[in-house]
Amino acid sequence: MISAFVFALTVFVLALLLGHEVITKVPPTLHTPLMSGSNAISGITLVGAVLAAGSDHSALATGLGFIAVVFATTNVVGGFLVTHRMLAKFRRKPGEPGKS
Amino acid sequence: MTAALIDLAYLAAAVLFVLALKGLSHPRKAVRGNLLGSLGMLIAVAVTLLDRRIVRFDIIAAGVLLGTSFGLVLATKIRMTAMPQLVALFNGLGGGASALVAGSALLAAATPQLLLTTSSVVSGLIGAVTFSGSFVAMAKLQGWLRARGAPRLWQRGFLVILLVAAALAATHLVREPTEIIGYGALTSAALLLGLVLVLPIGGADMPVMIALLNACSGLAAAATGFVLMNQALVISGSLVGASGFILTRIMCRAMNRTLAEVVFGHVHGDAGDPDQEPSKPVKSVSPEEVAMLLEASRRVIIVPGYGMAVAQAQHATAELARNLQAHGVRVDYAIHPVAGRMPGHMNVLLAEADVPYEELYDLEAINPELVEADVALVIGANDVVNPRARTDRDCPIYGMPILNVDRARTVVVLKRSMAPGFSGVSNPLFTAENTMMLFGDAKQSVVAIVRALQY
Repeated sequence: MISAFVFALTVFVLALLLGHEVITKVPPTLHTPLMSGSNAISGITLVGAVLAAGSDHSALATGLGFIAVVFATTNVVGGFLVTHRMLAKFRRKPGEPGKS
Repeated sequence: MTAALIDLAYLAAAVLFVLALKGLSHPRKAVRGNLLGSLGMLIAVAVTLLDRRIVRFDIIAAGVLLGTSFGLVLATKIRMTAMPQLVALFNGLGGGASALVAGSALLAAATPQLLLTTSSVVSGLIGAVTFSGSFVAMAKLQGWLRARGAPRLWQRGFLVILLVAAALAATHLVREPTEIIGYGALTSAALLLGLVLVLPIGGADMPVMIALLNACSGLAAAATGFVLMNQALVISGSLVGASGFILTRIMCRAMNRTLAEVVFGHVHGDAGDPDQEPSKPVKSVSPEEVAMLLEASRRVIIVPGYGMAVAQAQHATAELARNLQAHGVRVDYAIHPVAGRMPGHMNVLLAEADVPYEELYDLEAINPELVEADVALVIGANDVVNPRARTDRDCPIYGMPILNVDRARTVVVLKRSMAPGFSGVSNPLFTAENTMMLFGDAKQSVVAIVRALQY
């Protein structure tokens, strides 16, 4: 049990450091898409919600799981979609070379 | 076998999430990055359905269907100016979902281990605070709640009471993990805590709070990962947590305030008695005069602020810039990190108005250039261009990095009135020798300038 915890903690800390490295490179222009995009990623809790809603334990556990699925799916679908909408609006100067 | 396969798929999803965040290092790669991120999510959720424990696919399908339709409607109908509210809402839903999942896992475990209970406590606490806090933030940004800061004294009292209540509930839950009422008490206290924490947060402090809630939604997911011993949640949650904390730090630094000062209220010192300064004459000008001035310039730097967002003047502003560029004037935009109500707020609005991102400069990049500008055109910004932050040691915003618009040859300020900004600090820029004021609604003023240019 303890070793499982330590393993998860290791993963947690390493991911924090990796996140720090990657995200400090995001330019201020993209800070809002960063927030909405990373927020969509935090909707990963949907995985847990699916497990909670799908395992037939008790009505209360399933009910909580169901609400969690609705919340998390809204978060995931809405988050990725609105980020996409926003990012599509970031344009370069017309007539400048480069792939779009 | 299946379990290993699922874990491998989670690893793939985590890699895709990292690539998604990495893509955000450049606007050109960002769209693809976001698609990779959503692919990762699809993989993670799809393989989870292979889990043997899952028997009620109907309930999952119903929930996913409902959530998808909410998400679709919200994401496609929302106006870009309402983006801060939407981000707040999504933060809240993520946090709420994490708290619910932890509660459900606690219920499902026959004999909850200590690790599961303590992780549930963390997840429930952070998740519920994020949930209610985000809804308050959304209501404020939407204008349903008064944005003005509330008195801080009662806030501290309630905070202490709620923290004690949450601590008691948490201890009880760890001792008697099968009594789910403990979890209910804990999350109820946490929900109230979220209200009390965010209710007093006003306007200009909102970017910090939104970034902080963003971090919390990630941490709640990571804590739920510890509850379920699910690496996908742990990794993604900590990535998002890191992102939110970095943004929080950037926002705090841009305001020269500590996080504690924002959250618990730093009683602004003397906001400066406006009568102290001899009332200098204000030079008020007409849109036509501004148009003539702009037309005769070689270099114009536009400084947008929350006033531009409120007046929805981003399209008019972009049109003004394009008009001037057609006249051979070089036009750039100077974006202060805390301009607006969330990190990157101005950039999104201007992107919506088709302003190329190459014309947007941040504080460090544009400040040396402002000296060479013929005109600095300030549209609805105030505290972020207040020179007292640079010079006046007694001023509450002293030390906050500002855009040095006062060093441009001429400053034109579009503003509704002479009222001070969020900080309540009077702004000597408005009465400076080289400043002209154009009073009125930002959008109407900009439209009038454009009309005068075309005339």
